[in-house]
Amino acid sequence: MSENEIDEKIDLRGVLCPINFVKTKLKLETMESDQILEVTLDDGEPMRNVPRSVKEDGHKIVKVEKSGDDFKIYIKKS
Amino acid sequence: MPESTDGKRVNLKELKSGGFIKQTQRDLFTVRLRVPGGRLDIDKMAKIAEVAKKYSRMGYCHLSFRQSVEIIGVHIDDFDALVKELAEFGQEVASCGPRVRVPTACGGCEYNPNGIMDAQKKALEVDKDLFGTECHHKFKISFSGCPIDCARTKGMDLGFQGVVTPQWEEDPCTKCTLCAKACLEGAIVDDEDGTPIFYSEKCVQCGDCIKVCPTDAWTAKRKGWIVRAGGRHGRHPREADEIVKFLPDEKVTDFISKTIEWYNKNGKRGERIGKTFDRVGLKTFKDEVAPSFLTE
Repeated sequence: MSENEIDEKIDLRGVLCPINFVKTKLKLETMESDQILEVTLDDGEPMRNVPRSVKEDGHKIVKVEKSGDDFKIYIKKS
Repeated sequence: MPESTDGKRVNLKELKSGGFIKQTQRDLFTVRLRVPGGRLDIDKMAKIAEVAKKYSRMGYCHLSFRQSVEIIGVHIDDFDALVKELAEFGQEVASCGPRVRVPTACGGCEYNPNGIMDAQKKALEVDKDLFGTECHHKFKISFSGCPIDCARTKGMDLGFQGVVTPQWEEDPCTKCTLCAKACLEGAIVDDEDGTPIFYSEKCVQCGDCIKVCPTDAWTAKRKGWIVRAGGRHGRHPREADEIVKFLPDEKVTDFISKTIEWYNKNGKRGERIGKTFDRVGLKTFKDEVAPSFLTE
């Protein structure tokens, strides 16, 4: 995903579940519909939980990228 | 059960189905309430608290291991009045002894994100249709909405655990690999370009892949229950045997009825159904009860 498509970024490495999801949610609340949020997450539990919770809240994950040992997910706000 | 046979002191008919449990204190009993699935309407809960305050001579309730509220220290002379007051707001007394107990269930799929099947609804249905059915020993039934199995179906005479069979379609899949991440069982593994490879033999049918998939490439092929029977805890625990891998929701009550019918015919007084399996052979039960319920 190219830099100019991303509207906001949040780095949640080292942030535990479910705080990482809550922070994602709060960030999304400050954004406009259809804007893209880049979230950096640790592998493991955060990657199992956050994407699913984001989907349950009705947003769309448009891309997932591996970034070293971590992951970046790109969320389109509903 | 109360030892008193004095019909004037207490309505013995009320006691027949149990729910009144003798305590160490002379003339005091524990009164177990009927709370299927452990769900209590808040208004009802408040009314139970009022009644308990009035009749408990020990000043507390106990939350039983089978999700019931037990009023501790009720005097035998107060039984009739207590039952009457509880009935005024639709609260019944539960059971003990050799019969179908109040079904237990997990919190349920209405608010728990892991939920697959409606365990609460099923517990209510089964309680309505089969509570108190007489058999050779206690008969415990539970419902878990998903494979996390909070309702411990493996320790029940009959346990039902929700499952969902996933299916994958190539077109919507964006190869994001979230399904493989979500799968705790190693049943989904990515190939080099991110396409999921599915090992169905490892799948526990929890539906995590379906829940995470951003494009609905994973969907539910079918939802239903795994059926386990013959489990118990206590002095001689026994893990339940898996009887049916998939039972449609609408067949649950029928399956329980057929199982109890078989148990009453093949079991002995004082013998839990798991013990009957061990004595006459699990195969006999499977051959006689399961076939009409098999879907694959």
